[in-house]
Amino acid sequence: MVGALVVIWIGFHILSGGTFLTPRNLWNLSVQTAAVAIMATGMVLIIVTRNIDLSVGSMLGVVGMSMALLQAEILPGMLGFDHPLTWIITLAAGLLLGALLGAFQGFIIAYVGVPSFIVTLGGLLVWRGAAWALASGRTIAPMDSSFQLLGGGSRGRIGGPASWAVGAIACIGIVFFLLAGRRQRRKFGFGLRPVWAEATLAIIGCVAVLGAVAVINSYPMPEALATQYAAERGIEVPPGGIALGIANPVLIAIGVALVMTFLATRRRFGRYVFAIGGNPEAATLGGIKTKRTILMTFALMGLLVAVGAAVTTARLNAGTSGLGTLAELYVIAAAVIGGTSLSGGVGTISGAALGALVMQSLQSGMVLMGVDAPLQDIVVGIVLVIAVAIDTLYRRKVAK
Amino acid sequence: MTVETRAPLVEMRDIKVAFGGVHAVDGVSIDLYPGEVVALVGGNGAGKSTLIKTLSGAHPANSGQILMEGHPVSIANPIEAKHLGIETIYQTLALADNIDAPGNVFLGRELRTRLGSLDDSAMESATRKVMGRLNPRFLNFKKAVGWLSGGQRQSVAIARAVHFNARVLIMDEPTAALGPAETAQVGSLIRQLKDEGLGIFLISHDIHDVFDLADRISVMLTGKLVGTVKKEEVTKDEVLGMIIMGKLPDEVTQAELADLHG
Repeated sequence: MVGALVVIWIGFHILSGGTFLTPRNLWNLSVQTAAVAIMATGMVLIIVTRNIDLSVGSMLGVVGMSMALLQAEILPGMLGFDHPLTWIITLAAGLLLGALLGAFQGFIIAYVGVPSFIVTLGGLLVWRGAAWALASGRTIAPMDSSFQLLGGGSRGRIGGPASWAVGAIACIGIVFFLLAGRRQRRKFGFGLRPVWAEATLAIIGCVAVLGAVAVINSYPMPEALATQYAAERGIEVPPGGIALGIANPVLIAIGVALVMTFLATRRRFGRYVFAIGGNPEAATLGGIKTKRTILMTFALMGLLVAVGAAVTTARLNAGTSGLGTLAELYVIAAAVIGGTSLSGGVGTISGAALGALVMQSLQSGMVLMGVDAPLQDIVVGIVLVIAVAIDTLYRRKVAK
Repeated sequence: MTVETRAPLVEMRDIKVAFGGVHAVDGVSIDLYPGEVVALVGGNGAGKSTLIKTLSGAHPANSGQILMEGHPVSIANPIEAKHLGIETIYQTLALADNIDAPGNVFLGRELRTRLGSLDDSAMESATRKVMGRLNPRFLNFKKAVGWLSGGQRQSVAIARAVHFNARVLIMDEPTAALGPAETAQVGSLIRQLKDEGLGIFLISHDIHDVFDLADRISVMLTGKLVGTVKKEEVTKDEVLGMIIMGKLPDEVTQAELADLHG
């Protein structure tokens, strides 16, 4: 997977005449990947339980539209324009709505027993229609100024020093987890990895993290903005410019991926999700409440769709009834390219996030090369089929 | 034998299970004492799996009574059965193939840290301990069990049943999918568990296994109990007569038994 990404990146870099692997493009790529990556982490769990959610694009539309209306037309009337609480109320309401819509679909799937394909296909139509009906198809803009920060852009980022701090915390985290794992294994008398192997892992992890931060931080603010920024703070613009730092949506996506990985691998909920995908009968006989677990995966998916909707509306600075059209396909494709098996039981959060990055890299690379939109779709479609074909062939070979 | 003077470990009285209008189990009563193996035999569709599912909680009975050590109990689902110390090894093994051995042993009963996260190390440690007793050659504690051999998978299913201090063990065709060496291994394990005082219900097609391991044999035919006999008091042919013709040893003629061998 990482190998495929490297090939794609280097390939596009050469084909696009050296414009792909630039801090500017990688910074944009990270922002564009965020929303799909956030939703793909939830889709992994859905697919692992042998279900599917075709409604995420439309749900993104209706939740995004609701948040847009709330902050642009409803809350200003109650709190006044650009009230500091507007963004947080909007976000909380959006998250709640997303979780409720997801739970509603999950209820029909788990307790009524309608196949998820049908329920979410219905959802795809219903939520899209609802997104249109909410504002009769109008575009709602602009968004609350604080809310906009969720979407990235030149203001919605954390700056250079904070980005380095995030990188440093990540490094401390890597070392901490390696040490904790080692202590745990020693406590139970299991075999330990040699110290040099642990050290190598720690170094590779830290170098990768700090390298990524270095690349992100080498993308400076646009000159006009930097001048204004420096003037406000009474400082000179340094020769290299002022770094934008990690964009907020990217930070949100990383946080979501970490929390979801924790849920999937360290909590009972995740264990049950995988058990249901591996053998539903065994899960039931083991006393797992399979219906409740399925409902919860769909509610979680809805919650993540709401996060994706917040990022997307904030980035676009508008709510439109077409928001998120076809997103379900990108999200499912990201999960599948990331190694999630449609036959259930197999998938990782990090794989799905990487899958989202691969999908976005393909699109971004083709845009840089000036490939026509229809041809882009053709390529993405072919890549998806090839990815699944390779996965299927590999599985068949291993099964022998 | 002094065991019969105590209350049975498990007593199932007049159990009935119907699917639609069909009586899969029709008024069957069987019992089980500590340290005893009772084999439950019968042809396909005789109702033995259905009967045993009422005890394991997988499918509750329509009517009838289950007593443990003389006290009536209700078993509505697998969890309640497990709380009573009734563990089941299903014919399908009921393993999640994508999860490792410790994960399967503790499926639904995970050990957790103080913060509520899965305590994988503690589960692995406990699984290593129980495996050391059952199958010391078992070493694949990190692999998903789908990658393991039939015998190893069986070991995982048995480990899951015995780890939680079971008092009653239900084994549904434990050797059906195993080779000769693994079958022998399961046999010696059953004797070991019996010596530890567990009561074991053994469901089997294999009359040789049954005579090898069981103390008593209960025979079912078309949902009804033909009868329960002590192993020392019957021949294999007489048990076959019960399975096929539904006749007890004292009802059957030598000519009829001879006919079984056609």
